[in-house]
Amino acid sequence: MIEHLHNIPAEFLWLFGSLVVLLGLASLIGAVLVRRPADEKKTASRANLVARINAWWVMVGILAVAFLTGSTMTLILFALASFFALREFITLTPSRPGDRLPLSLAFFVIIPAQYLLIGMDRYGMFAIFIPVYAFLLLPSIAALRSDIEDFLSRSAKQQWALMVCVYCLSHAPALLMLDLPGQPGRSALLLFYLLLVVQMSDVMQYVFGKLFGRTKIAPLVSPSKTVEGFVGGGLAATGIGAAMWWITPFTPLQSAAIAAVIVVMGFLGGLTLSAVKRSLGAKDWGVMIEGHGGMLDRTDSICFAAPVFFHIVRFFYSA
Amino acid sequence: MRPSSALLVGVVKLLVGAYARWIGTGPSSTQRIYFANHTSHIDTLAIWSSLPRALRPRTRPIAARDYWGSGLRKYIATRGFGAVLIDRNRANTNDKPDVDPLAPLRAALLEGDSLIIFPEGTRGQGALPARFRSGLYRLAGEFPAVELVPVYLDNLHRSLPKGALLPVPMVCTVRFGAPIALAAGEDREIFLERARAAVIALAERSPA
Repeated sequence: MIEHLHNIPAEFLWLFGSLVVLLGLASLIGAVLVRRPADEKKTASRANLVARINAWWVMVGILAVAFLTGSTMTLILFALASFFALREFITLTPSRPGDRLPLSLAFFVIIPAQYLLIGMDRYGMFAIFIPVYAFLLLPSIAALRSDIEDFLSRSAKQQWALMVCVYCLSHAPALLMLDLPGQPGRSALLLFYLLLVVQMSDVMQYVFGKLFGRTKIAPLVSPSKTVEGFVGGGLAATGIGAAMWWITPFTPLQSAAIAAVIVVMGFLGGLTLSAVKRSLGAKDWGVMIEGHGGMLDRTDSICFAAPVFFHIVRFFYSA
Repeated sequence: MRPSSALLVGVVKLLVGAYARWIGTGPSSTQRIYFANHTSHIDTLAIWSSLPRALRPRTRPIAARDYWGSGLRKYIATRGFGAVLIDRNRANTNDKPDVDPLAPLRAALLEGDSLIIFPEGTRGQGALPARFRSGLYRLAGEFPAVELVPVYLDNLHRSLPKGALLPVPMVCTVRFGAPIALAAGEDREIFLERARAAVIALAERSPA
């Protein structure tokens, strides 16, 4: 642990310090705004603002945890995020008695195993554990119960839930196992970079959509996504990503290109999971939980962006 | 709160959420009988965990002695959430006909505690409760000042149904409805059916 602390780059302290100051200011403003009287619409958008500021605190918290305690706590945090995301997904997915054992295994065996594989630095197994072994074995267990009703669609939904909530999401903390030549201890900054670009992209698309949004991209799937919002917000987030090149192994131009990929994947994640959600008959993943959840609403973009970002870094930049 | 209770509540929230939704009434320290549909061994814990921390020590679940009466379960039930253990099988009390199975409930109510009961008497299979047994009617008649609050637990019949060993984590809400009261001279069956309908009405509310 002490050894680990020596590796903290100066950039981290700058980044962390300025973020805490900025967020402190933002929270203060949010707290003042919320206390002011307002009509229903304003109250809702202020609550939205506070929720977004809190999401930022969570991100900065993850950054601090990843640096100060090494990867273990970060892995535990993401394993819990996977657990809650999967819990939401499974709650909305119809299941039959024959699915009980595979589902229990998904929660109590597959999630811990997937994150343990990252902790043990077993990339080979980490990359195929869910797409191959969970894919083959969980439906087999369900088949042994000889309940054929909707069998294919039940198995497919379970595999989708695992791929999105566990496999894809686990690629974000898996960035910590990458070795960047000549830059020891800096892979946590990559995790932060990913979360920053994804979050910025979401916020900017929301802002640009509110200001200029006209042309809906897929009105039935996600009425709030517009061409103007996506282009404006996406370009802004790409710019922010490019400007953060100094915390990464990328050049400014590479950083812009990689941020653009993150933006596009994040957008597709939001869109696709929105379609999944609607096909399961819900508007928000968190709707049943009323402000207590919506883990998938918050991580849908990360789920799609993380694996692609992970592979770009692993292929082009890691030792 | 005792550490054992805090741990128990933490585990329950992790597994099934147990988010309270106060629909027809708010949380209150008024003496109450919460009556709910019963489908899983987590039911008791889910309702108890969903209550605000301050109400938990004076709110006592009723638990069947044949399941919760020994070993680790007894420790959880009595030390963890202060359960009142009762003999639910008439067979057990037949040898001692003068023992009323409701006696421990009356004792708890007389001490001023609130109760959590499952008037079906046993766990059902489906989303909606079966016929209610008469205990609720008798307590309502004997303790007219105690509020009768209907509670509906969703999804727990999927999370840990009868016969299952491991729970499947699921998001469960605990819905509290408007209190009902026994009308003067109301027939037993009519009252019990009305109580059951109050629970079912909470099930039919759309979750949004």
